[in-house]
Amino acid sequence: MLPAGKPVLTGAIIAGIVFGLYFTLVGLGLNLVFGVMRIVNLAHGDFLMLGGMAAWWLFTGFGLHPLVAALLVVVVFVAAGLPIYYLVVPRLLRSRDSEMLSLILFFGVSQMIEAVTTIGFGATERSLPPRLLGVGPFIVLGTRLPKAWIFSAAVSALAVLLVYLYLYRTRLGTLTRAVMVSRDEALATGIDVNFVSAVAFGISIALAGVAGVFAPFILGSITPNMGVALNITAFAVIVVGTLGNPLGTLLGGIIYGVSLMLMQTYLSSWANLLPNLLLIAVLLIRPEGLLGRTVRRA
Amino acid sequence: MPDIASGTGKRPVRRIILDAGIAAAVVAGMGVMRGVYSNELMLFNFIVFLTLAQGLNIIYGFTGYLPFGYVGFYGAGAYGFSLAVMHLHVPALVGMAAAGGAALVLAVILLPLLRLSGAYFAIASMAAAQAVYEIVANPDLESITKGPYGVSLSQVFAPAASYYAALAILAFALLLVVWLRNSRFGMSLQAIRDDPVSAAMAGVSVVRGRTIAWLLSALVAGLVGGVFAWHISVFYPDTAFDLSVSIFATVFLLFGGATTLSGPLLGVFILYGIYNAIGIAVPQYFQFTYGALIVALVLFLPNGLASLLTRRGIRVP
Repeated sequence: MLPAGKPVLTGAIIAGIVFGLYFTLVGLGLNLVFGVMRIVNLAHGDFLMLGGMAAWWLFTGFGLHPLVAALLVVVVFVAAGLPIYYLVVPRLLRSRDSEMLSLILFFGVSQMIEAVTTIGFGATERSLPPRLLGVGPFIVLGTRLPKAWIFSAAVSALAVLLVYLYLYRTRLGTLTRAVMVSRDEALATGIDVNFVSAVAFGISIALAGVAGVFAPFILGSITPNMGVALNITAFAVIVVGTLGNPLGTLLGGIIYGVSLMLMQTYLSSWANLLPNLLLIAVLLIRPEGLLGRTVRRA
Repeated sequence: MPDIASGTGKRPVRRIILDAGIAAAVVAGMGVMRGVYSNELMLFNFIVFLTLAQGLNIIYGFTGYLPFGYVGFYGAGAYGFSLAVMHLHVPALVGMAAAGGAALVLAVILLPLLRLSGAYFAIASMAAAQAVYEIVANPDLESITKGPYGVSLSQVFAPAASYYAALAILAFALLLVVWLRNSRFGMSLQAIRDDPVSAAMAGVSVVRGRTIAWLLSALVAGLVGGVFAWHISVFYPDTAFDLSVSIFATVFLLFGGATTLSGPLLGVFILYGIYNAIGIAVPQYFQFTYGALIVALVLFLPNGLASLLTRRGIRVP
């Protein structure tokens, strides 16, 4: 165990904020889908994994920089999200208990993605050289962090900002927020609810894809079966920050990142317990999340 | 969700006999198979999933709560058995009591989760199962649980006895479902599931009903976990807390149709049968087919095979 000196503590907090920005990106898409469609995309972590695989493939095959890969991933994933939405979600939303059934349905999707990726790429761990995102450490307040972390966190912050601008500064974003407040009323006012939701779905998996591109730098490596564990993390992040509130995700991500780093610094062998305990604790004490209005659900 | 179906004209006693007959036939069949078919491990796994699917049926079919982390009770049972056998050197049957006890203790700790609903409950229970796994598999606890390195219980290894113990647990789980389907208590649970407010106004104790169903369901999974540990005798925490155990049980249950007795049985026989026929040789192709099947199931047959009949007003045992 490390000595509990003040530099160590500051270091853990700063690294936590950097990680927190990244985890915000991981959770943001999941939250957008939940907010707009009231369904849980349990394949979110698998879309993230696909983004990572794409980055690895584009780099090793074509020598493309991860930043270029990220842009390509955004375009392809948004384009793929629209047909996936129309194939699955409208029918799902008509069922008796869509929130529950979505868990099972997207678990099936996640199994399909995992299987196809394993067949195509094999089950081995993949990683990208961190030097791609800058050589040497970056020093913040006396804490040395890898440049790749800073770079990933900056891209995450940019993505969060873009989602904010989309939701609050564009017409489609305003319509999206209207659907979030009430799907039925939005439909009644003549909003093309399905189109708005389809775009939100596309953006959601594109965000997962971008998070995936930077996953090799933050999480160390990617494997086809990493999805399930990432889903729990993403869910913890968005529940802490309030389900259905995309901006709360930023708060959730940073709380998660900082507590993860504190756990790893002082109690490293128990760090994996954290997302689970955090999730259960928040659900039981404040199920509406830290920023939520009070709604009793059970 | 299918039926409380009363209008089919059959006398309740005949229904109970039909339900109990199915249960007895399945238990007897699995007992006879052991003498006929040589792959005992496969038969044992069938019993495990037949029982888990019914255990999940108790909580999901009758109360509408779907715990994704159902495997947590199974793992708790497996480790309850192992710890009792390793540290207290008790005989296997006492170990089985410890398995049930461990699952019940975990269920009581997790009782507050019942305050959540829908996806929140499902995910929270999954997180709880993961948390128990992280504790059991922690290298810091190696002296107690053997951490991630797995346990070995050769001193109580008894394939025949543990097989019949598993059959007894299957019989217990089937009887529980028969009882719930044909009793006042089971009816009150279904009333709570369909509309808790109205049920409460009609004088049904909502909290008591849900609590009993939750504990029974956990007990079944804990006992199955215990008998799994006994039968396999060497295993790792990754196996005992494998999330796919929950998922398999859930898919079998949904495929057949929750709240019925025969639905989950059919689900296990058909899907787990297919899995054993093709899945082990080419796991990825099977995983893909399985995922596609789940998607199709949710979209086109969300209430399972049984709903094909119940939709037409035919009562499914």
